[in-house]
Amino acid sequence: MRHLSTKATCNSHGQDSSYFLGWEEYEKNPYDEVQNPKGIIQMGLAENQLSFDLLESWLEKNPEPAGFKRDGKSIFRELALFQDYHGLPAFKKALVEFMAEIRGNRVSFDPNHMVLTAGATSANETLMFCLAEPGEAFLLPTPYYPGFDRDLKWRTGVEIVPIHCTSSNDFQITETALEAAYHEAQQRNLRVKGVLVTNPSNPLGTTLSRSELNLLISFITTKGIHLISDEIYSGTVFSSPGFVSVMEVLKDRNCDETEVWDRVHIVNSLSKDLGLPGFRVGAIYSNDDMVVAAATKMSSFGLMSSQTQYLLSALLSDKKFTKNYISENQKRLKKRQNMLVMGLKKAGISCLKSNAGLFCWVNMRHLLRSDTFEAEMELWKKIVYDVRLNISPGSSCHCTEPGWFRVCFANMTEETLDLAIQRLKDFVVEHTANGHSKSNNSSKNSKRKLLPKWVLRLSSRDRDHEPDER
Amino acid sequence: MQMLSRKAACDSHGQDSSYFLGWQEYEKNPYNEVLNPNGIIQMGLAENQLSFDLAESWLANNPDALGLKRDGKSVFKELALFQDYHGMPTFKNELVEFMAKLRGYKVEFDPKKLVLVAGSTSANESLMFCLAEPGEAFLLPTPYYPGFDRDLKWRTEVEIVPIHCSSSNGFKITGCALEDAYEQAKKLNLNVKGVLVTNPSNPLGTTMDRDELNLLIDFAITKKIHIVSDEIYSGTVFDSTSFVSIIEAVTDRNIDDTHELWNRIHMVYSLSKDLGLPGFRVGMIYSNDETVVAAATKMSSFGLVSSQTQFLLTNMLSDNKFTSKYIEENRKRLKSRKEMLVSGLSGAGIECLNSNACLFCWVDMRHLLSSDTFEAEKELSKRILFEVGLNISPGSSCHCSEPGWFRICFANMSQETLKIAITRIKDFVESITFSRENCNHQLTVLDSRRRLVSKWVLPLSPYDNNEPADR
Repeated sequence: MRHLSTKATCNSHGQDSSYFLGWEEYEKNPYDEVQNPKGIIQMGLAENQLSFDLLESWLEKNPEPAGFKRDGKSIFRELALFQDYHGLPAFKKALVEFMAEIRGNRVSFDPNHMVLTAGATSANETLMFCLAEPGEAFLLPTPYYPGFDRDLKWRTGVEIVPIHCTSSNDFQITETALEAAYHEAQQRNLRVKGVLVTNPSNPLGTTLSRSELNLLISFITTKGIHLISDEIYSGTVFSSPGFVSVMEVLKDRNCDETEVWDRVHIVNSLSKDLGLPGFRVGAIYSNDDMVVAAATKMSSFGLMSSQTQYLLSALLSDKKFTKNYISENQKRLKKRQNMLVMGLKKAGISCLKSNAGLFCWVNMRHLLRSDTFEAEMELWKKIVYDVRLNISPGSSCHCTEPGWFRVCFANMTEETLDLAIQRLKDFVVEHTANGHSKSNNSSKNSKRKLLPKWVLRLSSRDRDHEPDER
Repeated sequence: MQMLSRKAACDSHGQDSSYFLGWQEYEKNPYNEVLNPNGIIQMGLAENQLSFDLAESWLANNPDALGLKRDGKSVFKELALFQDYHGMPTFKNELVEFMAKLRGYKVEFDPKKLVLVAGSTSANESLMFCLAEPGEAFLLPTPYYPGFDRDLKWRTEVEIVPIHCSSSNGFKITGCALEDAYEQAKKLNLNVKGVLVTNPSNPLGTTMDRDELNLLIDFAITKKIHIVSDEIYSGTVFDSTSFVSIIEAVTDRNIDDTHELWNRIHMVYSLSKDLGLPGFRVGMIYSNDETVVAAATKMSSFGLVSSQTQFLLTNMLSDNKFTSKYIEENRKRLKSRKEMLVSGLSGAGIECLNSNACLFCWVDMRHLLSSDTFEAEKELSKRILFEVGLNISPGSSCHCSEPGWFRICFANMSQETLKIAITRIKDFVESITFSRENCNHQLTVLDSRRRLVSKWVLPLSPYDNNEPADR
């Protein structure tokens, strides 16, 4: 008899994908300005480290919430005992108001429709448990966040069928692509329960356009399925065309209280805009009472710490703070993105035009030896081991075209970003000069002179390829 | 097409059982010493409110832990970013030390085998995901914590097959009961993957003795199945020497380190019951099986412990002087409170199962039933809720096989409130006894009853459809 479950022994948590392998290499040799200046710079981590000073200064000025106090009195007991899965009312109120503020107050949210969870990871999995049976499917536009393979599929048994998006139209979702995905699911005998989009997109860094949102709403209306909009990056939108939430489009189409209204659900979190992934703050927002009821009970499996709920309810209730934070944070993200985009441009590398997120979707197709995923892997390994940057290869995000990489810019100092850009510039110069890219195959001698540095280091890790193949 | 999953639409989360209905009534009419002295007293909530002052005083003396500072410097950024599912190493080190201390250092734990999760609710579910396929089964001794019907079964689709325990031997697990449960599972075509016990037991309040533990171990060896020991109440044992944890029991059998049984022993723990911190969501899985630890670690992504909370509790638990004092003082207070309930009930002619742990007593009210049936238990339960104004948990909600047993909590209220609850029970028992003894004098009975019960009944009558004469 099998000793452990298949879930425990399989690898469908996806954790053996390259997305995580780069992280492992980084862990072995992490960059440190002083102690390890030649180490690997982490550019695969979508964290927002740009605005902590704002949070820290608020904490200094407002010691009570962290100190378990309200108006000078200790509320430790109350918090220690508070495990109500309906969540701290003051926190839910502050959170829905914050969400509305990020959306320019063009939509409002009802705290009774919100379910708190320990992070968006928990929220997404819970929604799958609520909306689909094992073996049913959700359609996701590619490229998508690698973690979804674990979060949406692993314990739920739900399948993901990709909606293929391409660079020909900047990876926008098209009706053809939606229909093709639906058809593919049918061919695989998978019942489609809904579409899940991340808006703004990870890894693209772009917001969905109104026409894409309208397309999605029409699609789910026709097919009678759900739409989940993971809006975890909504607070990171830093330039036009601005963020349009799916709720806004529904309102504009006068869909409130119609059947489709009940099939649209939003996932949110404070991990990306406020930069607080450690605090585990996630939320499901649904117009369907039954989903809210079921998700609320399921949140027992991942409740937010009351200590954290209390601290953040105070933080988010400070409207002066939130207004300033949102605007300042956006400014800093914009500046940082611009720095990366310009820096890459000087190295002859372009990025998908983006207006959100903590990363750029970078086009390195011209640096591939061939238009294949093997070549992408080869390039990625060089970047990890030789250029010493951990970036995420598009294949780990299920991108259909080789050569795209997600490069993060908000999880390091400006100096480190400068250094990373410099390293990449140097690499591109050498790489192009040595004819490693498909466009330049001359100067074999230079190739051999420069090969050893790459080859010696790589051959010990990469046993399958002969040096001459590079 | 069905829009929502069966899991969302069904009620197998068990939340419609009587366990939760009493809570709903309590919510509508909660007791308050000043504002609602006739309200329902909550005795169905296994919370430890007896030792907060100790924690509060520690907090007052250690402001850095709350202020997210280390040696005066802010560690806010570090904590804000810390989402490593391996958990804070310092926190895990303190936890294994604390767990060992609770067990009188008779066992030692390895922090690498510990997985942190948001509460033992999450821990138990994750273990099911790791150890069993949908449709497979775990055996659980009855009576058991009603929440298990949701935690172990709902999203995992694992089945629970009861190991029937009875009052004839103080509800201890017997070899026969284990075999019967195993057979029952076979009849139902269910593959048994393991046994899950709560030790100390909820709702019994007792610790498993060595005989039981050895029976369990033998059974697990013979059947080649897992043992999950939920030791969430280990910090509430009034006298530390009487608690034998599963790890200790297996160690004492001198089973070789490499014996495959070791890979099938798993423990669950939490800080919700001893430290009284259910709101902070601190639970953990301890397993000797590397694959389980690895899988459970990844699964903990679905319910990580807030880094803010990990930091606070690392500091608290690292203060050895505090933890020693807390453990000792907490035990004393729990013991004294339990004794108060037991003697109070005894004064009303109600006996409790002899217990040495936990935040509740397992109370024998069989003699108050109108008949030896679960209908009668439900009837009594309603009377106690609506007439006596106490929310207590009926044994049927814990899958007890004998009607008439109730779980009554004592640690989630003040001493005064407990006294009032005891008085109410006394009055109620007197009125029943009185009416039973004088059943020939119907009119007199009715009058006295109305006199004694009217004080409870009148404010409550909108909730109760029964005619007064039916009581």
